Amino acid sequence: MFVYTFNRLLALIPTLLAASILVFLFIHLIPGDPASILLGDTATPEEIAELTRAMGLDKPLWTQYFIWLSNVVQGDLGTSVFFREPVLAVIASGAETSILLACMTMMWIIVLGIPIGILAATRHGTWADQLASGGAMLFASVPTFWLGLYLILIFAVGLGWFPSSGFPSITDEGGVFNLRYLMLPSLTLAAPNAALIIRLVRASMLDVAREDHVRTARAKGLHPARVAIKHIFRNALIAVAAAFGFTFAALVSEAVVTETVFSLPGIGRLVVQSILRRDYPVIQGVILIIVIFYMLINLLVDLAYARLDPRVSLS
Amino acid sequence: MALLEVRDLEVGVAIGGKVLPVVQGISFDVEENQTLGIVGESGCGKSLTSLAIMGLLEGSMLRLTGGSISFNGQDLLALSPRARRAIMGDQMAMIFQEPMTSLNPVYRIGDQIIESLRQHRSMSQRQARARAIELLDLVRIPDPERRVDSYPHQLSGGQRQRVMIAMALACGPKLLIADEPTTALDVTVQKEVLDLMLDLQKRTGTAIILISHDLGVISETCDKVVVMYRGKIVESAKTATLFSNMSHPYTQGLLASIPVVDHDVEWLNAIPGRVPLIDEVLPGCAFHPRCSFAQASCATSPPSADYVSDDHLVRCHFPNDRPSGGEAGGDA
Ligand SMILES: Nc1ncnc2c1ncn2[C@@H]1O[C@H](COP(=O)(O)OP(=O)(O)O)[C@@H](O)[C@H]1O
Ligand SMILES: [Mg+2]
Repeated sequence: MFVYTFNRLLALIPTLLAASILVFLFIHLIPGDPASILLGDTATPEEIAELTRAMGLDKPLWTQYFIWLSNVVQGDLGTSVFFREPVLAVIASGAETSILLACMTMMWIIVLGIPIGILAATRHGTWADQLASGGAMLFASVPTFWLGLYLILIFAVGLGWFPSSGFPSITDEGGVFNLRYLMLPSLTLAAPNAALIIRLVRASMLDVAREDHVRTARAKGLHPARVAIKHIFRNALIAVAAAFGFTFAALVSEAVVTETVFSLPGIGRLVVQSILRRDYPVIQGVILIIVIFYMLINLLVDLAYARLDPRVSLS
Repeated sequence: MALLEVRDLEVGVAIGGKVLPVVQGISFDVEENQTLGIVGESGCGKSLTSLAIMGLLEGSMLRLTGGSISFNGQDLLALSPRARRAIMGDQMAMIFQEPMTSLNPVYRIGDQIIESLRQHRSMSQRQARARAIELLDLVRIPDPERRVDSYPHQLSGGQRQRVMIAMALACGPKLLIADEPTTALDVTVQKEVLDLMLDLQKRTGTAIILISHDLGVISETCDKVVVMYRGKIVESAKTATLFSNMSHPYTQGLLASIPVVDHDVEWLNAIPGRVPLIDEVLPGCAFHPRCSFAQASCATSPPSADYVSDDHLVRCHFPNDRPSGGEAGGDA
């Protein structure tokens, strides 16, 4: 297991290098001279000349890349044009919101997706199944911004149960109760993904239920609930775990929309604002971090997969 | 009173709002310590009959539509689901045709045996594990202390079927239903597994229902034989009687279809054609389209099951007055 994890981490390096080249080139692929792009519209010719020299933009491209890469490896992702601060610090300021939002969203996906999926599968064909499957179908097809606005209308504006925008840090006054600011955003973000998990749990459980070993389990005289959980669901989980990797990718893009709708000071909104501000170093930094996260999540999914299915050998 | 008494068992399959009968009028007894063989081509309803007895029909399109099953003096069909489950895996156990897929792939084989044990016996995990190792040893799995922690995919087909046998025998059942336990195995392994089952039967006194489409296997192992064709019993008798006096043309055809091990062609099918599908309507004898002795009346009126001698039941219009061909016997 450790050897495998280590090898997989090593194997990430070439992929990361390839990704870093793309991210690096990003700023050079935008039409125009990088220095004037980085400095924005208000820059004077002197400033541009100064930055060109400081950043080594007059050097060959591959030299620039290695300089940039060695900075990145040391944690220096450049300086935000808008904030005039290190990119890493700018991103870190949005990290709390985004990480907490991601955790709450994952919690909802698991807490809603798995039990409802199990219910739909075990009550296959009844009204409970139809309600769950129909609801899942609906939520899987509703756009994120639309659901977010509806939740705000009902639970924030109408009922006044939850705040509709912003997120004070949990280290501020209010402490963990500030998490209520993330209630509606996390539900918005979780809904389509939980719907996906419901459908996936249901479909894989119905598949597994037809397998021969389930008949063996029933022939032991086990209670149907035990057969459903210990035998059917446990096997269905293998397929569900694989889907969690994909869910993460979808979550990233949906998070951008959600953070914007709910005005959350997270990384998603930072991306949108940085695009509007043409703050390319920040965009570059966020993309790099998302790529790294995505790879790590996929590694975790593979490890989980191997733990869930003894037939998968890690070597 | 026999250990198991099946009377007029009927199983139907629900298709498009209708229930088509697939198994009809099945009656037989299984005595303690005895082996009953059920034989017939694939699709004749052998598995459905055994699943109905075991109580595993629920939850699918299959329905038990009639008949009675009495086991150990209890009317199984009158029991609550809970009481029925208390019997399943304890007094009555089953092994299936597909050893490769009949074990749960994500659990260790020891844990799967332990699950059976602890479901019906109050045992600690440690006791159950010790017992699981004993059972693996009993079914001749080499190195059981180590094998107990193997996953199914680490075992061969023959070994998996041994594990299934160990699991089925875990609680010392009075009746073991073995639905084609060796069909999916290599020829050499088939005999080992079968010998193992019969050997264990001698030691434990378990009654066995052995389902097979191989009349050769049945003749060597069973006390009584039931021959099924398209959901009905076409002939049943004590093994000795049946083999000395085969009366149904289907049974004779099956005997002639005994596998030819030396050849690439595994089965030499002496009966032309195939088993009719369940939705094909046949007003007369279901076997008449394939029967070389069929007469006009066979196509129009269904034959009843009649005793040609004590214990020897035949469902045929002309069980005896046929030109004697092949293994067909003389008058009963
Ligand atoms: N789950 C099911 N749904 C519908 N039809 C079935 C089902 N299981 C079996 N059948 C039908 O019932 C008949 C008898 O099947 P089965 O008992 O499995 O035969 P055997 O075990 O003798 O090969 C077959 O024609 C088969 O197609
Ligand atoms: Mg069968």
